[in-house]
Amino acid sequence: MAILIWVPLVLPLLLAAVSIVLRSRAWTLWLPVSAAAVLLGVGVTLVVSVSSGGPLVTAGGLIRVDALSAWMLTVVGAVAVVALWGGIPHRTHRNRNIGSFASLLCLFLSAMSLAVVADNLGLMWVAVELTTITTAFLVGSRGGRGALEAAWKYVVLGSVGVAIAFLGLILLSAASRTTGEPTLSWVALLAHAGGLDPTLARAGAALAVLGFATKAGLAPVHSWLPDAHSQAPATVSGLMSGVLLSVAFYAILRVQAIADAALGPELMRGLLTAAGLLSLAVTAGLVITQKDFKRLLAYSSIEHMGLLALGAAAGGPLALAAVLLHMLGHGLVKSSMFVLAGRILGYTGSHDIADVRNLLRRRPDLGGPFLLGAAALLGFPPFVTFFTEVAIIVAGFQRGLGWQMLLACALLLVVFAGIARNVLAMTVGADPDPDAARTSPAPPDLPARFRQIPIGIALGVTAVIGFAAWPLAAPLLDAVTALGGAR
Amino acid sequence: MSIQTYQQLLATTTGLLLLTAVLQVWGRSIVRAIGLLVLQGIALAGLVLTVGLYAGEDSAWVVAGLLLVVKAVIMPWAMLRSARLIGVTREHSSRVNAAVELIGAAGLTLLAYAVSGPILGNHSDLAAQAVPVGFSLVLLGFWQLLVRGSAITQLVGFLMLDNGIATISFLTFGGLPLVVELGATLDVLLVVLILGVLMVRMQAEQGHIDISELRELRD
Repeated sequence: MAILIWVPLVLPLLLAAVSIVLRSRAWTLWLPVSAAAVLLGVGVTLVVSVSSGGPLVTAGGLIRVDALSAWMLTVVGAVAVVALWGGIPHRTHRNRNIGSFASLLCLFLSAMSLAVVADNLGLMWVAVELTTITTAFLVGSRGGRGALEAAWKYVVLGSVGVAIAFLGLILLSAASRTTGEPTLSWVALLAHAGGLDPTLARAGAALAVLGFATKAGLAPVHSWLPDAHSQAPATVSGLMSGVLLSVAFYAILRVQAIADAALGPELMRGLLTAAGLLSLAVTAGLVITQKDFKRLLAYSSIEHMGLLALGAAAGGPLALAAVLLHMLGHGLVKSSMFVLAGRILGYTGSHDIADVRNLLRRRPDLGGPFLLGAAALLGFPPFVTFFTEVAIIVAGFQRGLGWQMLLACALLLVVFAGIARNVLAMTVGADPDPDAARTSPAPPDLPARFRQIPIGIALGVTAVIGFAAWPLAAPLLDAVTALGGAR
Repeated sequence: MSIQTYQQLLATTTGLLLLTAVLQVWGRSIVRAIGLLVLQGIALAGLVLTVGLYAGEDSAWVVAGLLLVVKAVIMPWAMLRSARLIGVTREHSSRVNAAVELIGAAGLTLLAYAVSGPILGNHSDLAAQAVPVGFSLVLLGFWQLLVRGSAITQLVGFLMLDNGIATISFLTFGGLPLVVELGATLDVLLVVLILGVLMVRMQAEQGHIDISELRELRD
């Protein structure tokens, strides 16, 4: 079974080479989609196999899949299928660089997979840095000043942030000198957490969390995120917002598990609560007056990362399971929303919220899912985000984060108002030119419907998974146990 | 290797690392900044070799050779090439004046020594005694990233930060597994190449590489 782990690592590399060779054939863009589909399949298989047979180890212990890694692989695969399939452009909008674009997407998938299966702090760091490298040109691929500026900020801040994380990981590993040979393995660090040198562990864990928080887009180190996610092409924004942020957050969860076991929960709880509340506050402050709909979605990602941070700060099985499920729910919805935003951009030719009006009437194929997706992002039932957000807040109250959760609820209300106001203006707002709604040409029928399938699946899954979560309960609880269990 | 030689080599290489970092702070010539990076790369490779050989690891030659090639040859060459393509050899803008910059750098070096003390505890290990140099490099790299306005000196700052982290990792436990070392070095090299390409594009698009002038995207 362990051989299966290599599939999502190696197959995208092969497909990347094939895409370079194929260049701009019409179906080159399907190669990353197939890589993502395989990744999803492998992820689900590993979830099943790990829950019955325990963790799988390969490559001399460098790579290890426990329940948490398997869950993350599944999330990466599911979100990537939606973002990549939905993001395939209409025939008339293809450009010449498809070959290199597709191959970078494949490499990006492989890097994310490596990041979640590596049981070595150093190897995981290399993989996270590779995600920055593979996406650098994807972010800047639209060209123009804005995209270049976004790519520059993204690469510089991303690399510096992750370099700080590396420093933290080295100190964390050096802290294990007191238990014998210094180790870089998560499992070994977690097992010997009690014997870690407390000063080194404290400094290391704080730096590692700060560094990965940069990559996860948590305030106050989020400044690159709205730029990069608004300038990147829709597929790339969908992947980055939907799942790359969660992969970075996965690293935070692993570090937190070690730090909590070594030093008690106070340090991480303080850091994550501060980052979570600050992220919500930043979003609350900026969504109301937001003028660009892709930036609006990017800020919503900061909000959701803040929620994850609050969930991790609360800790315990309920909150952590909710955090992991929220990664899936948010990822599916956010990637669909970015794909839709890309189509709206193609339709109106503008990033401005003010230029998009009455979408529900003019283009029901865009407006309908956009409105539904926004409802899911805002945490309306029956979407799974409702259940996970409630679970995170309830768990916070149970575990002594009372006023923090009250503050979070207040901030969430502001975010709710800001996003709802803008999305309603786009979809049902007064039409400045009502005649245009009737005269605008209907989109081509069959391809449009085909391109709606991933969006429909993503929103459908998000809507029902909250009720049909019982098959997920066991793997989620296993994943929580892999993080050190019921703390 | 006798303990005296080890001690002297350790002092020489770490001293050279710190010196090249501090010298980065003043001076506006980009060629000089890249030259200092070459020296820093050589010092880092020397440090790795010293620590590795003293610990009796044969792979030290490989890692040191790799670092020498990447940090003292390929990266500076790539940066110099970008600088030539852009046609910029001197930097004009800094967000603070030279005196403030220098005082800040001195303060950060002191801070590095102050924070490394408690973090390291009382390890009598000779190598661990030199760790503050690594922290100084990290902080000075940060400082350069913060106060310098030109894209290319920001890149120099990033590399200094990275050299600092490499120094700390070698001094605290004699290096990482070879596969991680290879991956990390390759990653940083790729980042340098990508930023080099972005710089050239920036110059073509807007006629300068001044980071403080990047104001297209705001809320």
